[in-house]
Amino acid sequence: MAATAVATRGEPAVAAQDGNTNVVSGAKEITLNVNGEDRKVTVEPRTSLLEVLRDQLGLTGCKDLQDIYVDGADTVMIDGKATYAGTTFALQAEGKKIRTVESLRDGRSIDPVIAGFVKHDGLQCGYCTPGFVVATRAFLEQNPTASLEEIRKGLGGNVCRCGTYDGITKCALELAKGGA
Amino acid sequence: MVELKVDWKPRDENTVFHHPIERIDGVEKASGFAKYSTDYAGLHTRLLTSPHAHAKITSIDLSPLKDVAGVKAAYVFPQRAPDGDTLFEINWEGTPIAAVAAETPAQAAQGAKAIKIEYEVLDHFVDEDDLEAAAARGLSKPGRRESVDGDPDAAIKNADVVHKGHYGIHSITHCCLEPHGSTCAWNGDDKLDVQLSTQNVSGTGGQFAGAPEIGIDAANVTVNCEYIGGGFGSKFAADEWGIACAALAKQAGRPVQLHLGRRAELGVAGSRPSGFADVTIAAKSDGTIVAWDSHHWGTNGIKGGTVSQVPYVIQPEHRRVRTTGIVTNTGPARAWRAPNHPQACALTCTVIDDLAAALGMDPLDVFLKNVGISTGSQLSNPAEVYQAEMETAAELMDWRGKWKGRGQWDDSGWKRGLGMALHTWGGRAGGGSCTIKVHPDGTVETFAGTQDIGTGTRTCIAQVVAETFGLPLSAVQVNIGSNKYPPSGPSGGSTTIGGVSGPHRRAAIDALGRIFDKVAAKYDVDAAQLSADGENVVAGGKTVCTWRQAAGLLGPMGLEVMGEGPKNDGLTSAGVGGVQMVDLSVDPETGRVRINKYVAVQDIGTIVNHQLAKSQVLGAMIQCIAYGLSEERIMDNASGRFINANLRDYKLPRIGDIGELVVEFYEPDEQYNKGVVGLGEPPVISGGAAIANAVANAIGVRVPVIPLTPKRILDALASA
Repeated sequence: MAATAVATRGEPAVAAQDGNTNVVSGAKEITLNVNGEDRKVTVEPRTSLLEVLRDQLGLTGCKDLQDIYVDGADTVMIDGKATYAGTTFALQAEGKKIRTVESLRDGRSIDPVIAGFVKHDGLQCGYCTPGFVVATRAFLEQNPTASLEEIRKGLGGNVCRCGTYDGITKCALELAKGGA
Repeated sequence: MVELKVDWKPRDENTVFHHPIERIDGVEKASGFAKYSTDYAGLHTRLLTSPHAHAKITSIDLSPLKDVAGVKAAYVFPQRAPDGDTLFEINWEGTPIAAVAAETPAQAAQGAKAIKIEYEVLDHFVDEDDLEAAAARGLSKPGRRESVDGDPDAAIKNADVVHKGHYGIHSITHCCLEPHGSTCAWNGDDKLDVQLSTQNVSGTGGQFAGAPEIGIDAANVTVNCEYIGGGFGSKFAADEWGIACAALAKQAGRPVQLHLGRRAELGVAGSRPSGFADVTIAAKSDGTIVAWDSHHWGTNGIKGGTVSQVPYVIQPEHRRVRTTGIVTNTGPARAWRAPNHPQACALTCTVIDDLAAALGMDPLDVFLKNVGISTGSQLSNPAEVYQAEMETAAELMDWRGKWKGRGQWDDSGWKRGLGMALHTWGGRAGGGSCTIKVHPDGTVETFAGTQDIGTGTRTCIAQVVAETFGLPLSAVQVNIGSNKYPPSGPSGGSTTIGGVSGPHRRAAIDALGRIFDKVAAKYDVDAAQLSADGENVVAGGKTVCTWRQAAGLLGPMGLEVMGEGPKNDGLTSAGVGGVQMVDLSVDPETGRVRINKYVAVQDIGTIVNHQLAKSQVLGAMIQCIAYGLSEERIMDNASGRFINANLRDYKLPRIGDIGELVVEFYEPDEQYNKGVVGLGEPPVISGGAAIANAVANAIGVRVPVIPLTPKRILDALASA
């Protein structure tokens, strides 16, 4: 991969957020902690976390809608918080705990959120679904006894075109009532 | 061979079919393990598209690409309109011109940016509503339809009440979340594997093979689509960008993935035509509609076509309809879920609602009365079915208890209102075939070149086959999504569930008969008396052998049979209808709308799976909320550009915007006995009109054009 001297607007943002004033340019190998494992990846300053997860680590559950990343299909958890991987630079995620949708399933053992989406048919084509599942998991961890109104506000960061919101709402509400 | 009757089991004898089964691929999808076209690795591609709505290209220079790191292949879309020195005539913004494949998305983007293109910019026109401006520029043309039935002028003259108004519904796009595109990989020089995001698995291989840039035997193209991230009528073709992807992969000697950027996805990969109309409607004082006179226009892009089927469902005795098409430099139309119907419904049911207001009648009574006297052929059901559905919806909505005339609601602050509309659809089974393989251990595999666009195709096939063999769902492995399986029709027009359930039921019954013949010969029983009950093959309540023993009689090769369809044997049918009612509130200060409760009553013949069917209706209702209230392709006449072509500005509802949704299927026994009919389209038709009518009821004035954005609502209030 060719080195590049392109300065990105992300660098000051990274520096400001992390208190790290090192200027990074060109390709660099870093270690990301993904789903509990340390993984070595090669990134440029402009490389998004989404790109790394999908292209270098094969974690294609998070989707790239080729948009400006306001849609939530790229949702992952960073230190437990639902985050758009498409608007996160890979460098920003260094030293943090990243969890993708793939961590919510181990063979036949699945997270109750996945089971709830299936039970209430909160999915159709399924393309937005993994991002929605992660958003719901993160939301319920922060709001384990959420009300209907809280769910309607708290899951507003994800968009679905098929129109599966009713099943997702019922899934989240059931898990909030039952303690997820 | 024993002849088993081909029909569905009696309603109460089903254990899997006609039951609300969870979708069998739900965990794969929800856990992110399902692989879509975008999830197959390849070089990344960036398209270079036209910023101009109308232009000619005078030169394309790819030479700067050699200085861009990581670039592996480049492609210029072949000439569309060869004209002397020009390569292209561009007729809408976003037209693909070139594509660059590179190691990373950023490098591909750098490559696309480096290509030099010179344009000769031409005049454009993108205003869909302005009939006068279009006519002045010679861009309007008579539509395909100009019809007169009866004597509308006399009927209007002699009517008790006459209402005139202007109505409209703007263009929207398909906005698939998985962008159109493919990942292509060559296997040698003459074999192409395509992971295509398609609603047409069986019909697209030949399009790749036959393209001049590809030029290989159709038999050498494999098209796969295990999962597709939304289509809605826009993904039936290989498309020029599919051909580009294959050509780039050949050039690079590596797999390439090419999916449209979001702006192109919204702008060029499919839209639903707009419709606008000036309408006169006339009625007797008892609410009987006697006449309709309309002129409607709109655009489907450069072809200048417009919507038809107005008036919709209700056909007054006397009618005149004239259409005008407008030629615009906008992205081309593609079939959008229920082509023509949502627009036709919006341009009809809103008019009837205004007529009801002019008559001082409850619109429910006006619709009830007029479905009974409609003279046209648009009623998919007997009027009594529509009337029963309206009464059911009214009960679920408590319409009679709640309804008040415009401006008579006792509310301050947010204004409340009720609205309703009706729809119709065909939904006949598509053509298709399948094979079913019964293994010697009794397990079953099915193969069909169909696809699951979100409906739950796999699950429905598994239910049909498991029910026929008396097996648990887990004993049936369903294989779809490859053009190497028996061909199956494209998923459009609500044809899929009928299209797969008929052939699979026929094949499974055929296989069962052959197995019963073996059992009859082995155990000396009458094959006609046999049935399969889950674990055993039984005769007269007595177990003859286990299912596994029966399958074992097939020998080591097992059994493979083929099923075809559609056939007129009663398994499938066509013709459905429904009604939708909306209760909402409008904030007169901001123009915001809140859905309180939204009821859909729908008939669909034999229901394969109530949970999946309900999801189809719920999804359609949410799409109605989208195009009813916020979703719109906004064209800027100055620049010729689609100015909100991203998911921030192209407003789709979020989870908090939908309110309480109620779905009720109209399913007396005659519906179960009717046969399977498709459901995808019908419930997406009447919600827009129902929402618009509820807003009119709430604020006392018609907001004439859909979507009813806050601005349009405030404008209507200001002009009242």
